[in-house]
Amino acid sequence: MTPVTQVSGAAAVLARANIDTDQIIPARFLRKPREAGYNNFLFHDLRAADPDFPLGPADNPPILLAGANFGCGSSREGAVYALADAGVRCVIAPAFGDIFAGNASKNGLLTVVLPEAEVAALMAAARQGLPMTVDLAAQEVRGANRVIRFEIDPFRKRRLLEGLDDIGLTLTHEAEITAFAAAREAAHPWAR
Amino acid sequence: MTAPRTLFDKVWDAHAILTGADGTTLLWIDRHLVHEGSFHAFGMLQRDGRVLRRPDLTFGVADHYVPSHPRGRPVADAEAAGLIARLSANAARHGFDAMGMDDPRQGIVHVIGPEQGITLPGVTLVCGDSHTATHGALGALAFGIGASEVAHVLATQTLWQRRPKLMRISIGGRLGAGVTAKDLILAIIAAIGAAGAVGHAIEFAGPAVRALSMEARMTLCNMAIEAGSRTGMVAPDDTTFAYIAGRPRAPKAAAFDAALADWRGLATDPGATFDREVSLDGSAVAPMVTWGTTLDSALPVTGLVPDPSAGADAEARARIADQLAYMDLAPGRPLAGIPIDQVFIGSCTNGRIEDLRAAAAVLRGRHAVVPGLVVPGSVPVRRMAEAEGLDHVFTAAGLTWGEPGCSMCTGINGDYVPSGARCAATSNRNFAGRQGPGARTHLMSPAMAAAAAVAGAIVDVRKQVQP
Ligand code: SF4
Repeated sequence: MTPVTQVSGAAAVLARANIDTDQIIPARFLRKPREAGYNNFLFHDLRAADPDFPLGPADNPPILLAGANFGCGSSREGAVYALADAGVRCVIAPAFGDIFAGNASKNGLLTVVLPEAEVAALMAAARQGLPMTVDLAAQEVRGANRVIRFEIDPFRKRRLLEGLDDIGLTLTHEAEITAFAAAREAAHPWAR
Repeated sequence: MTAPRTLFDKVWDAHAILTGADGTTLLWIDRHLVHEGSFHAFGMLQRDGRVLRRPDLTFGVADHYVPSHPRGRPVADAEAAGLIARLSANAARHGFDAMGMDDPRQGIVHVIGPEQGITLPGVTLVCGDSHTATHGALGALAFGIGASEVAHVLATQTLWQRRPKLMRISIGGRLGAGVTAKDLILAIIAAIGAAGAVGHAIEFAGPAVRALSMEARMTLCNMAIEAGSRTGMVAPDDTTFAYIAGRPRAPKAAAFDAALADWRGLATDPGATFDREVSLDGSAVAPMVTWGTTLDSALPVTGLVPDPSAGADAEARARIADQLAYMDLAPGRPLAGIPIDQVFIGSCTNGRIEDLRAAAAVLRGRHAVVPGLVVPGSVPVRRMAEAEGLDHVFTAAGLTWGEPGCSMCTGINGDYVPSGARCAATSNRNFAGRQGPGARTHLMSPAMAAAAAVAGAIVDVRKQVQP
């Protein structure tokens, strides 16, 4: 995974709550291999219905500002592939669907939770074409003439900053895993 | 004396291998269910040259892409056929049990887990599908994961998780006649919001939940994700144990007794605390219907389509107006009487035998005035329904009897709702385009969907069916 440290540039605005992953990528495209270029499916049906839709398959601003509960619904990691393949590096919203946020962190897509009012202020700035910077190491968003601090799970932060391979990291605990499994299965043979 | 613990705490603690300095826990996973859509994860495994760690704890089933037209014909859609074949190929390569399209155990992953006795109380169970919370109905800690996490479980049989906050939703009283677990969960989501339980694991409790059958509990837990929670659980009790006994993969004889001793200790201890408590009166819940494209747009069928002006702020008003435009509904009109074009009865929410019985009870001797598709959740459910003659009830009413799978729930296997058409559906998502581009979905219970088929419109099943 490519490390993420800082994302700077313009931001697209999607001022709607509850954008579900079925909107981000309709289910019928999930059968495609990743090589098909998931950017082509990003917001496919919404784009078809709205010529002014703020995101396209390419040349997107690196930051997306969205309404609350972004990425709710299906666990499809394709929603993250679509955003990442289309050049989005960071999504800022008042809240995210849990599974979406987890998937994002495994694919180098940064999700930043900010209070509703801060997101609204950033949206106003973005609509005027003002750029912003998301600094993961400092846990800061700089834009709309201010510096806004955000919280992030420390494990998620480290993984994103270092671009760590999850499975490799876990297998450094091989001995503990093996011992745990043996003990659990001995004590609860029915669970096998 | 140890401090009182919740059901969630007990299952979590029993699977915590280690906790890192940053507070995330490495959890052991007892059961991993995969389906055709898991191909991305198998691709990652192969790309990195890793092996499947525990084929004996991995179970595969074809459900999302299988067609609901009669089996025996090749799958017309080459891409779908390829994914179904790919699951079997991965099973053969890695040596795990996969229930392909022609397997007598095949069905929707969240139906076959409990049905085959794969899902048990006190286990951790994951699947690359957001409705995995369904399995929590048996007292399992079950949650949906993304493809990278699926790959992680395939390679390590573990997952890193941050302990969620805990929410208990207690339902008092008893559900009224014509009111089901589907209505209850829609009422709960309407009350707490589509993001109301984000970051929380839910335990459903209280007398109205204890009184539910095992299958009804699955319907309840199935939709925990629609309130933003990855996990919904019900403490196992005698209803649970009776359901499990004799299932193909359930422990037998002495092993069952040993398991029972473990399982009886799982229920939340008196005095255990939750981060959030929500209470609802089950006897006050009416049959529910969604009018919009988010899950918190459910209202009692006796209600009216909301007016955007009722929104608390500009954003809420725009949100209501957008949904009404997509659904082509006028504000203020009664929900009852909205004409529908078709019905879909099935899915991992409402595709079990009790659901089919409830729908058949309404349809027996009646005629549907709109087309509809009834899809059992698994081959065993289909067999049971046919043994009881339910298939004849459906076909005599003019509905189509399909082969088990996800079918019209998500519109990727040939079954979809045409653009602009309005479907009374028993599935779990009313998102714009979920059942096909431009499709308009009204979610409801199987009995309500059956009643809608007969009336050609949304109706209160309590009024339509005179006992
Ligand atoms: S029935 Fe629908 S919600 Fe359930 S697993 Fe299949 S596609 Fe997902």
